[in-house]
Amino acid sequence: MSLCVEQIRHVCTLGAFESVLAIKRAVPIVHAGPGCVAKLWTTLGSQNGHQGSGYVGGHAIPCTNASEKEVVFGGTDKLRKVITNTFDVIDGDLFVVLTGCTSDIIGDDVGEITRKFQAQGKPIVYVETGGFKGSNLIGHELVLGAIIDQHLQPQEVEPGLVNIWSSVPYQNTFWSGDIEQLNILISSLGLKPNVVFGPDSSVDAINDIPKAQYNLVISPWVGLRTAEQLKNKFGTPFLHYPALPIGPTETSKFLRTVGEFAGIDPAVVENVIRKHEDRYFYYLERAADTLLETRLLPRRFITVADSLYALGIARFLTNDMGLIPEKQFITDDTPNDYQSGVAAEFEQFTSGIVAETVFSNDGGYVEEEIRKLKIRSRPLILGSSWERVVARDLNAYQLSVSAPIGNELVLSKSYVGYNGALQLVEDIYSVVLNDFM
Amino acid sequence: MAIHLNLSQATIREKRLKSIVGYQGTIKDLAEQSQSGCLKNATRGFSQATNCNSGCAQGYLSTITDAAIVNHGPIGCAGDVAGANAGFQWGQSIRDWNQRNVRIINTNMSEKAVVFGGDQILKEGILKAYERFKPKAIFVTTSCASGIIGDDIESTIKKAEAEIGIPVVPVFCEGFRSQIWASGFDAAFHALLTRIVKPAEKKRPELVNVINFAGSGRAVITEIFGRLGLVPQFGIPYSNIEEISRWSEAAATISICGTLGSYMGNGLEQNFGVPYVTALQPHGISGFDDWLTKLGETVGKEKEVEEYLAEQKVLAAPELEEIKFKLKGKKVVVGMGPSFAHNYIRFLEDLGMEVVWGFSWHYDAKHDHGGCPSCTVELTKTDKDIPVSVSDQQNHEVINLLSKVKPDIFIGRHPGMSVWATKMGIPAIMVSDEYSAFGYQGTIEFGHRIIDALTNNSLAVNLSKRINLPYTEWWLEQDPFSFQEQKNKKRESENKKNVAVR
Repeated sequence: MSLCVEQIRHVCTLGAFESVLAIKRAVPIVHAGPGCVAKLWTTLGSQNGHQGSGYVGGHAIPCTNASEKEVVFGGTDKLRKVITNTFDVIDGDLFVVLTGCTSDIIGDDVGEITRKFQAQGKPIVYVETGGFKGSNLIGHELVLGAIIDQHLQPQEVEPGLVNIWSSVPYQNTFWSGDIEQLNILISSLGLKPNVVFGPDSSVDAINDIPKAQYNLVISPWVGLRTAEQLKNKFGTPFLHYPALPIGPTETSKFLRTVGEFAGIDPAVVENVIRKHEDRYFYYLERAADTLLETRLLPRRFITVADSLYALGIARFLTNDMGLIPEKQFITDDTPNDYQSGVAAEFEQFTSGIVAETVFSNDGGYVEEEIRKLKIRSRPLILGSSWERVVARDLNAYQLSVSAPIGNELVLSKSYVGYNGALQLVEDIYSVVLNDFM
Repeated sequence: MAIHLNLSQATIREKRLKSIVGYQGTIKDLAEQSQSGCLKNATRGFSQATNCNSGCAQGYLSTITDAAIVNHGPIGCAGDVAGANAGFQWGQSIRDWNQRNVRIINTNMSEKAVVFGGDQILKEGILKAYERFKPKAIFVTTSCASGIIGDDIESTIKKAEAEIGIPVVPVFCEGFRSQIWASGFDAAFHALLTRIVKPAEKKRPELVNVINFAGSGRAVITEIFGRLGLVPQFGIPYSNIEEISRWSEAAATISICGTLGSYMGNGLEQNFGVPYVTALQPHGISGFDDWLTKLGETVGKEKEVEEYLAEQKVLAAPELEEIKFKLKGKKVVVGMGPSFAHNYIRFLEDLGMEVVWGFSWHYDAKHDHGGCPSCTVELTKTDKDIPVSVSDQQNHEVINLLSKVKPDIFIGRHPGMSVWATKMGIPAIMVSDEYSAFGYQGTIEFGHRIIDALTNNSLAVNLSKRINLPYTEWWLEQDPFSFQEQKNKKRESENKKNVAVR
């Protein structure tokens, strides 16, 4: 963690209320100051692909709006009142109480209040997410942890059912498209994804988490804690696949790995891969002329992103597109314990190529480092909206792939898989072509 | 109310202006209770996420071109910075400037700092901001966490200031300290009035300070003021420290928004002798007439203003008539900050529309010059008494009321609210630009914007058919304001009548 941060790429622990919003008909109840929700949804929502309020986001989120009175005399009475009335007012299937700095510092006993509602049979859990505890990626795991600990019950395992822990809702801008693409990939192997987040999600799927035969963590580090927790509580085995599969090289490797883990007939897996790859290369063959012949193509790329997108994109551009990675900036406040493992993944490229990784969530430092790089030809910077300034100054091509993204409206788009790779190629080379046309 | 520049922080609006966030009744009752001094805030048994004063304070100050901000708190307290930066890109873009990012550093307060104190990381943040940006001034915005753990902000700031030799100014805006986010504007202006604005060395009789936001109306105002022999100086956004230091030289200060400008305008008047023009807002014809006339009276340009307005009236008359004909009797609900809300209510009524409800996101019982806000008083001068309520964007009240009164259109301001009317199938307009409906041409433009919104409502209609609102049937059957406590029972029955009639 950097001492101080500029141009922020993630928010604080409490930002994980967005993970609750990613579950259909799940409702966050925020016990914090009046501005926390609005501030956090700016970075995670309105300025990140313009992801809006949806069903019960934004100003619809029940919140105690803690004032001086609650800070001085305690906020439990107000919280109890807001929870009680939320059950009458808001139409939801699961309620998650999240606390902010005010509550956590003064020491409101939120657990005691919540347990009383739980004892009445209400579907409610609580999680302490005071902002000083860390990033919203940590908060995301804390929310899932609270649901696992306080809400989930052991169930009979359903063969073939898989929980996928990958893109972090709202933080990873393309999360809902990513989940749809991962579901398609996993389904193509004959497995059944249990859809916890996104357009096909439901609280039923949450309740079914213990039914899964496997947990799949598709991410450098986020989600590992969740999978370990599920293994401890329900004995569910998990597979950790560190790279987000983008493009044929990584996605085919991913499918083979999952297939082997789940004991799927290799012939089935190879058949699936061949179909996907055939389609991918049909399009890539047509694109090849432009990929080679357009003026001023980028040869080298810089990534400024969460470890999830940075690794996935770097693997694809290096292993499949023939580009060369410059410094890769990992901005998700990766916990120290995971950093060397994540860095090691950036050493596994084709042709013995190794990328230098820099871990920092201070965008100001990242900008200084980018300005120091000496790059021949026009570089490609894959980062957030913050990088648009430095990209203009360095005459670089810029594509927004990581939070916050204010300059693009993102709906179902995803860079995951074979189709996602085609999308990424379209987007990068459209930036190049738009630059002079 | 006097603005005390000897204090380190601005007094919050609840205490200074008797401001409230909970009320329901009518505009005449609201004005009467404010004037008699017995207006009380209603608290709520159920509440939803609103905004805090920190967002206003650091968002506003972040647009000063050669200053930097150090936000002392956990990283989430800088979550609004992406939004401030989006606004800053827009402001630079409409000025054809080379675009850069806002200069805000967050001290990334961790559990360790909460336990052992955050003074050291604050000092490091200030030094880092100085090293990175070489600013002319640094503003330090506080957070809930820094406030509760009791960091000695002022002493840390003084030490840092001694090292770097530029003004380092505290802006006290802990989220919990005020329920009224506009207190954050006051906190920002207090910092400027105490440490940046200097006594005038010479007076400039032609110069008028114009307090605004992004300032899209600069060209129009420059032209109008030019005809009056006046020169506008827009700010505070997109000004530099040196320019702000000389705001004391102007002949007058005027604001695009009464809520925004009250502290700075009156602070300049009381402490630097620059008269503040307390007029209606320049939205709609009567508002613009009043705004410019009062400015003319303040700076001795009555005749020029009269001539200009007479000319504009003739030019705009045919188009205004056409708009009024098309909008006559259309039912509208307004939801904005208090000054915008009460000014837009008057403006929309002037267009012949029927304002069936007015929400204001807070309400100041008085402004810093001492009187009840002029836009509120103005609405009491007609026979009609408009039902109004005050809520800090409490979504459950707004949705419940809209579902009952079913207006032809919702006109709102502030992000994240107008969209809910759209989700209900109601045409909606969000007034994000403070110069919407400014002056005669702006009024005509806005009239057409309403007509367009009423002409094709397919987005809202289709959306409302396929999505569900997050509210239970039970709630939508209740009185919209039933969670407001300390209600006056008599007014409650009257209010039910207001809601039920429609």
